[in-house]
Amino acid sequence: MQKYSVFSLIKNAFSNHEKWEIAWKDPAPKSEYDVVIIGGGGHGLATAYYLAKEHNITKVAVIEKGWIGGGNVGRNTTIIRSNYMHDENGLFSEFGMDLWRNMSQDLNFNIMFSPRGIINLAHSDAQMNAYSRRGNSMRLNGIDAVLLNRDEVKKLIPMADFSENVRFPIFGGLMQPSAGTARHDAVAWGYARQADSMGVDIIQHCEVTGFDVVNGKIQGVQTSRGNIKAKKIGLCVAGSTNVLAEKLNMTLPVETHLLQACVSEPIKPILDQVVTFGAGHFYCSQSDKGEMVMGGDLDGYNSYAQRGNLPTLQHVLTEGIAMFPFLSKLKMLRTWGGIMDMSMDGSPIIDKTHIDGLYLNCGWCYGGFKATPASGWTFAHTIAQDRPHDLNAGYSLNRFSTGHLIDEKGLGTKTWIS
Amino acid sequence: MLHIKCPHCGLRSQNEFSYGGDATVKRPELNKEISDQDWDNYVYLRKSPRGKHLELWQHISGCRQWIKVERDTLTHEISKTLKANEEL
Repeated sequence: MQKYSVFSLIKNAFSNHEKWEIAWKDPAPKSEYDVVIIGGGGHGLATAYYLAKEHNITKVAVIEKGWIGGGNVGRNTTIIRSNYMHDENGLFSEFGMDLWRNMSQDLNFNIMFSPRGIINLAHSDAQMNAYSRRGNSMRLNGIDAVLLNRDEVKKLIPMADFSENVRFPIFGGLMQPSAGTARHDAVAWGYARQADSMGVDIIQHCEVTGFDVVNGKIQGVQTSRGNIKAKKIGLCVAGSTNVLAEKLNMTLPVETHLLQACVSEPIKPILDQVVTFGAGHFYCSQSDKGEMVMGGDLDGYNSYAQRGNLPTLQHVLTEGIAMFPFLSKLKMLRTWGGIMDMSMDGSPIIDKTHIDGLYLNCGWCYGGFKATPASGWTFAHTIAQDRPHDLNAGYSLNRFSTGHLIDEKGLGTKTWIS
Repeated sequence: MLHIKCPHCGLRSQNEFSYGGDATVKRPELNKEISDQDWDNYVYLRKSPRGKHLELWQHISGCRQWIKVERDTLTHEISKTLKANEEL
């Protein structure tokens, strides 16, 4: 594989950049693999990469219905953080932060990781207390957290609305300085390129039509490009989880909902951090191109549409303008939607299933992108060792029946409530 | 914008309604032997189909009645609306 560096860039400039090697091949599916990963998004490609790198399992195929990186890894707002209160989420995500910090070097692909910090705004004394509790929990798990008072927030984001006669005045905030953003497409491409170089087949435009299960053991998968035998199969299909589960006669604690995001026209640098509104659901950062990248609530009803509806967008941007009044002057450049696998406690599932050789990775709700490396790493471990790693032991499928829920936001099972 | 035909009030904008989830889940009957699996099915497990989905909505800014709506989750086409006590 060609190494990317400033020297290869200069070298290729002499041939007008027409002689770069392809980043990954486009093979036809073989008849048999050790492991088949369904879903060529960030999580699926990361799983294949760590299977090869950490467990030396290279007879692996990643099969994808569309094209790699065309789903949620290409549709998110690129936020990376580990500001969770519960141990399971905090330790898992902080493990991921270490992978993020080294990812560009590890993958030899510039993922443009930018640890610019995230600020969750607080709008009442009660919320400040809640944030101080969460911040303390984070620090006990070795995650950086700083409680900011109103003046400290004002120094960092003076363009926010600090007037006192507003419905939700800013009291302060909780900041995780090491949080940030990354170039989302590069994450998918970087993992794909490295996995491909280690022998993983990345098979695009290959839709799963059924599964072969004999005596409770997985035998293979039926696809639009023929049957593929596999000893182990991992499901990494986010919003399509329920569709594939139906083919396996499984019913899961997951619903599929639509989440929208949008970007404004590009403007000069104004916002250094990722900022979230604390009295509703709105988050905002500024991309390297200058666009304000914004997102918020789910559309609020089960949806596979991958495109949004106006009432929610209007509601979310109303919150945005309450926080940053200058946003009202901007034109929107693009809006889009992706379908989220909303689990019933807001936390993901990375586990084995009752079918021998079938592994499940789903339930990422709003937070799939930042989990990409940790999800791939722990899912690869779960598949290779046939048991969860300590980091994802809490993300079990049976926690719903045993009562060991990880309800970070305290929303219960009404996933559409935000 | 969805337009939902409330069986009590007629065609109204989505803004007047709030969502209540899958209408096919049945609460286990009280005073009967109920297994953990029954509760699991009721509280947590959802089919979430890609296609026709029977769901509850409340006409919160209208007649405040709960209604059932059969809607396609891929196209958002609403094929039928029912009163809450009616079966499909």
